[in-house]
Amino acid sequence: MARALINVPQKATRGQVIEIKTLISHIMETGFRHDNVGKPIPRNIITGFVARYNGEEIFRADLFPAIAANPFVSFHTVATESGTIDFEWTGDNGFHETGSAKITVES
Amino acid sequence: MMDQGTKGTSRREVLLGGMAGVGAALIRIEPAAATPESMKKAIRQVVGESPVRKGKVTIDVPTLVENGNTVALAIEVESPMTKDDHVKAIHVFNERNPLPNVISTRIGPRAGRARISTRFRLADTQTIVAVAELSDGSFWSASADVIVTLAACLESLD
Repeated sequence: MARALINVPQKATRGQVIEIKTLISHIMETGFRHDNVGKPIPRNIITGFVARYNGEEIFRADLFPAIAANPFVSFHTVATESGTIDFEWTGDNGFHETGSAKITVES
Repeated sequence: MMDQGTKGTSRREVLLGGMAGVGAALIRIEPAAATPESMKKAIRQVVGESPVRKGKVTIDVPTLVENGNTVALAIEVESPMTKDDHVKAIHVFNERNPLPNVISTRIGPRAGRARISTRFRLADTQTIVAVAELSDGSFWSASADVIVTLAACLESLD
């Protein structure tokens, strides 16, 4: 349902520090708002984000309601070897979304 | 220029001395001067009893925000990011949103560069505090003031 955009350089040289950018479509309802009849709107946010490089965890984030809708998160990592970088988002109401990107590392 | 340069040494010394004094005064207190209780508590939950020192951390956030619903934020920590000396975690706090936490991230020597960025919400004009945990167990922080003209829709429940 949710759509994720992942930006990882396709190619890198070994040891190069690369930036990884991710964006996922999500309402990030804070739980602090009311609807038009004054009823509180329940919280519905993404709470966790993990990135793994060939299975090894390289980045983890806990998100709070202060994160804007359609959460954007970017971080850095060292390109060590060719392979796959996997991403996982988890959240309220059993929200679970994954994505992955391939990277080719030349020495 | 030359003339200013020679005069500048003494002035710089005076300024440096002043800054060192301010820094020393801040070491034992909270990371930002006028932070509401909830943010202090949230920071204490992360750092425990450890002292939080000013420095090493840079917050990249606009000083004047027109729309508090989405504000670009980047945190960079000065670190060689080696096995023996790296940043373990970066946390961001705010003082006037309904909740004091913004984001908590875990990184490691594998990151190569201790820089993260995201987009967040601001309910009011306020101070943002970023705290970094280093591999030697020390905590470093920085704060930034942000003026918000249109606040994020975050009216409180009560």
